[in-house]
Amino acid sequence: MHIVIVGLSHKTAPVEIREKLAFAPTAMERPLRQMLELPAIAEGLIVSTCNRVELCAATKEPEAAIAALRRFLAEYHEVPPEEINGNLYNYQGEEAIRHLFRVSSSLDSMVLGEPQILGQIKTAYGYAAEFRTCGLILNRFLHKAFSVAKRVRTETAIASNAVSVSFAAVELARKIFDRLDNKGVMIIGAGEMCELAARHFVANGVSKVLVTNRTFERAEKLAAEFQGKAIPFENFVDHLAEVDIVMTSTGAPNFILGQRQMEEVLKRRKNRPMFLIDIAVPRDIDPKVNKLDNAYLYDVDDLQGVVQANLKERQKEAGKAEAIVEQEIGQFHQWLGNLEVKPTIIALRHKFEEIRQQELDKTFGNLKDLSAGQRKSIEAMTGAIINKILHQPTAILKRTQNDSSGEDYVDAVRTLFDLPAPAGDDKEIKPLDDIEEAG
Amino acid sequence: MTTDVLLFKITLLIYFATTICYLIGVISLKDRFRQNAIRLLIGGFVLHCITLASRWIASGNIPVASLHESLSFFAWALVGIYLLFYLRYRTVMLGAFITPLALVLMIIGSAAPKQAPALNPMLDSWWFPVHVTLAFLGHAVFAIAAAAGVMYLLQERMLKSKKFSGLFYRLPSLDTLDSMNYKCLTFGFPLMTMGIISGAIWANSAWGGYWRWDPKETWALITWFLYAALLHGRLTIGWRGRRAAIFAIIGFAFLLFTFFGVNTFLSGEHSFRNFTGQ
Repeated sequence: MHIVIVGLSHKTAPVEIREKLAFAPTAMERPLRQMLELPAIAEGLIVSTCNRVELCAATKEPEAAIAALRRFLAEYHEVPPEEINGNLYNYQGEEAIRHLFRVSSSLDSMVLGEPQILGQIKTAYGYAAEFRTCGLILNRFLHKAFSVAKRVRTETAIASNAVSVSFAAVELARKIFDRLDNKGVMIIGAGEMCELAARHFVANGVSKVLVTNRTFERAEKLAAEFQGKAIPFENFVDHLAEVDIVMTSTGAPNFILGQRQMEEVLKRRKNRPMFLIDIAVPRDIDPKVNKLDNAYLYDVDDLQGVVQANLKERQKEAGKAEAIVEQEIGQFHQWLGNLEVKPTIIALRHKFEEIRQQELDKTFGNLKDLSAGQRKSIEAMTGAIINKILHQPTAILKRTQNDSSGEDYVDAVRTLFDLPAPAGDDKEIKPLDDIEEAG
Repeated sequence: MTTDVLLFKITLLIYFATTICYLIGVISLKDRFRQNAIRLLIGGFVLHCITLASRWIASGNIPVASLHESLSFFAWALVGIYLLFYLRYRTVMLGAFITPLALVLMIIGSAAPKQAPALNPMLDSWWFPVHVTLAFLGHAVFAIAAAAGVMYLLQERMLKSKKFSGLFYRLPSLDTLDSMNYKCLTFGFPLMTMGIISGAIWANSAWGGYWRWDPKETWALITWFLYAALLHGRLTIGWRGRRAAIFAIIGFAFLLFTFFGVNTFLSGEHSFRNFTGQ
């Protein structure tokens, strides 16, 4: 059995093409069933997100399967095949295994290390399981992909450190305050980024939200959204001492907060630190404020800088992640190879022969006065027993090797008789709910 | 080589290994190394306890009478108090600063004469171990404060300059470091105060005077005032953060000078020579 993948991603196709070829997440049954009806496709799975579409299948004839899947993708979406041919990639064998492992570990994502993709693949697998379009191979393959993704997340820092400006602000706050749940935040002005960052802060426990705006109504509206309090713009400085985090994004042409004022505020706070985020352009807060002890002022460029630094950290981690993927490919590939019928029959016979020899040695050791003839007939008898026992299983393995159930028998035989551990071994396979859901 | 000296040397080796482990962990930013360093350190600490106990049993005195003994005791208190902090704050990085310090103390201690001294009978009083134990525990707590101070300054610098090295991601938050500074101060200051008072009582019973202005006493008093000023500043004027961190570092430098410098450069009743009546 081989694994093949046909797909397209943000790296190969613009959004105009991606949206044409996407599958609606609410109606996965039809495409999954149609896919399974294609010639040469034994098991199938469809991953469809806004950044990629992946058709993954188990097949005996990889070349034919790839051609069929390419055609299917075009025909299902009623797009002329030649129009999308250049956007599609296809992988088979080890390449396909590598591709899915990399995708689920978020190594192929637009934002390296983003956590959503794993959840999306799990959902896709959920549909395939629900409509029974995946069997032994893809089950094992997907579980392996999940466990690889989990290893990558826990053993590398690829997903740590924020890569969005608003989240970077929260992370920086954590480096100053440790806990955010007893902290207060003031939002001055109403920029979209400000709002987003405020949402992150509230989600991370910030309990007190003050909002101010030149238009008081707007302040009230935003305050209501965060269950906060609106304060008049004229005297927002008086309330600054009550909060630990300040975010500004007003359209003011000049600084609305100067060094002198902040000095006063810090004094009133008994020097408890303050984190000021100035998202406005032109800036709202005098950059000299950053020179004050216990005041940490970040403007938009500073935050971008943090994001860039974090991305670089992630890139460094990506190398480690690739190494993990490579390790796991070998294991899974070997397991797949072990599902071949012939080596299984050989291994089975070998196992029985081994047992026979051991037992014969024991018996002959106890019965020392057997004649050579007697020995020979005992040997012949034991050999015959083995042949008789193995006849039926061998016949079934050979007969079913071209059916869809073939791999199941091979896998069962390997498990029952504990044949030399096929890699990708059972212990590592965990039930789906055991794998922690990503963000 | 007596048992306790052998144990001492093994402990020293473990601290050495821990330091190396930390060093690799900090430079390569591999968390695995720092986790292993903590395990090693706990092992070393247990062995250190046994070392001190066997020394105590062998000599009959709490082992703080010679330079060798007191350095070993100092290092033990340092590691012990760090491990307590580790339980509370889980700051593995702090150990990267504390362990090398303990190692240096142990190395100096291993160079000092190791035979158990016969204590000067005049000094053989119940107050002696109380005084020394309190003083060293106080030292150890202030060492933690200084290490937290160094970490604070590093972290603060990165936050202010907006240039982040890999260390940034591993250091605790400023708030945590500052609260460690405060915790240390609230524990260390009473310990130090009681150490000085118990020392005065002991001096009175040994020499018939509470305070003799010998160099060590003078320096200890200066250091005490320094910490008193910091505590006062923290509680009333809202000193914190950077200033508190710098104070903690300076305070510890004074402590180290009081401990080493006075013994080395100045002479007085506190020099170990006088303990043993040589």
